[in-house]
Amino acid sequence: MAGTSYKGSEIKDVDQFIKGDGLESSREKEIGQHIGYRYDVNLVPDYDRLTPFLAKYLEIMGWHDLNWLEDVHMGYEDGNPAVFDRNINGWVRVPDSIKLPDNQQDRDMIARELLIKFQMSDRHPLVQLRQAYTKF
Amino acid sequence: MESMNNMTQEERAEQLGMMSEPLTGRSMQEFFEPSEDDNFVYPWAPVVDPAKSAEIDTDEMNTREVNERIRQLMDEGVGSIKLLNPRGKHSLAVGILSRVNLEVEGSMGYFAVGLIDGPNVRINGRVGWSCGENMMAGTVVIEKNAGSTFGAAIRGGDLVCKGSVGSRTGIDMKGGTIIVGGDTGALTGFMMQRGRMIFCGNAGKNLGDSMYDGTIFVGGDIKSFGVDAVEAELTDLDKSWLKRKLEGYGMLPDKGVDHFTKVVAGKQLWNYDNLEPSEKKLIL
Repeated sequence: MAGTSYKGSEIKDVDQFIKGDGLESSREKEIGQHIGYRYDVNLVPDYDRLTPFLAKYLEIMGWHDLNWLEDVHMGYEDGNPAVFDRNINGWVRVPDSIKLPDNQQDRDMIARELLIKFQMSDRHPLVQLRQAYTKF
Repeated sequence: MESMNNMTQEERAEQLGMMSEPLTGRSMQEFFEPSEDDNFVYPWAPVVDPAKSAEIDTDEMNTREVNERIRQLMDEGVGSIKLLNPRGKHSLAVGILSRVNLEVEGSMGYFAVGLIDGPNVRINGRVGWSCGENMMAGTVVIEKNAGSTFGAAIRGGDLVCKGSVGSRTGIDMKGGTIIVGGDTGALTGFMMQRGRMIFCGNAGKNLGDSMYDGTIFVGGDIKSFGVDAVEAELTDLDKSWLKRKLEGYGMLPDKGVDHFTKVVAGKQLWNYDNLEPSEKKLIL
C-alpha cells in the first residue's frame, strides 16, 4: 500500500549480502526479499581512496571528481558481488578471483574501475546493439 | 475455501490467483574480466583533440542544423567547440554521447544539453526549462540563472548553475549532482530517487517531496519540507565531499560548509513489497 511505513532493516555489515540473504526485519522475512537497495546509495566517495586508473580516467575526461561514477557502488546479487551497469540495465558479476577489500569505499572504487573497463570494451553488449540499431 | 484469516500473506495471494512478483535484480550473466584493456572512452566515440577548436555561428541555423554540425565537427576530431549567438534556441547541443569541450556564448532555451553522456559544457548566459534533462555524464556549468525543472530526471554528471533556478529542480532525478549557487524554488527534489543536490542559497516550499532516496544539501533557509523529507546528520565525509565539490567550481561559500542542512528520505513512503497486489485485492 502506498504510504506504508518503512519495514526494512539497516545495512550493518559490508558482507551482509554475501554471508546471507540480508533479510532481517520481520517484513523482509515474510516477503522473502530485502527492502530497498543492497548498498548505501547515498554514500559519497572518499577521494583519498581513488585508484591510479580512476585518476587517469578523470584526467582524460577533464573532470576534477568522479562525476557519474559517484553513483556507482559495489552491490550484491544472489550472494555475489556485482556492479549495476545502467547501459545494459543489468548486474555484472565480479569474478571470484578478485579479492574484496573489507570496506565499502574501496569496494566502490574497484566497482568503478571494472565498470569503466567493461563499458569501454568491444565486448560490451551496447557495441553490438549500436551496430544493429543505431540511426546516427 | 479455508478461512483466509488463518492464512499467511503468500497463501492468501495464491488462493486469490495472485502471484507474488519477484523483485530481485536481473542478471545479464555478464562477468567482468580483470585482464580487460585500459580503455577510457567508448569504442564508437570519435577521437577528438581538445587543442583543435572550431566555432559555430548559430544565428542563421535551426536547432537540427546546429546539432548536426556539432557531431560533424566531433567526427573531424575537433575537441573544443564554441557556439555563438544561440539566441534562446531550444534543444541545442542535445544527445552528445562522448567527450568534447563546448562553450556557449549567450543564452539557451528549453531542454539545453539534454541526454548528454560525457561532454564538458560552459554556458555564458541563462538557460530555460529542463536544462540537462536526462543527462548521463559530463559537466555543465551555467554562469547565470536557469528555469524550472533544472536537471529533470538527471542520471549522472555534474549540472551546475551559478545563479538561481526555478521550481521542481531535480524532479525524478536518478543520479548525478546538481549544484546551485543561489536559490531554488518550490518542490525541489520532487520524487528524486537518488543522486545529490547542493543549494548554497535558500530552498522553496515542499523540499524533497515524496523523495525515495538521494541527498539534498541546503546552505540557506528551507521554506518547508515535503512529505517524507527529513533532516539528517551532516557527517565529516559529507563535509569533505561538499567542500571538494564546491571548490572545484569556485562556489565554496566564505563560511565553509558546516552550516549546510542535509535532507534525506524518511523512507515512510517506501513500498517495495512483493505482496502488495494481493493485499490490495483483499482490501477491495
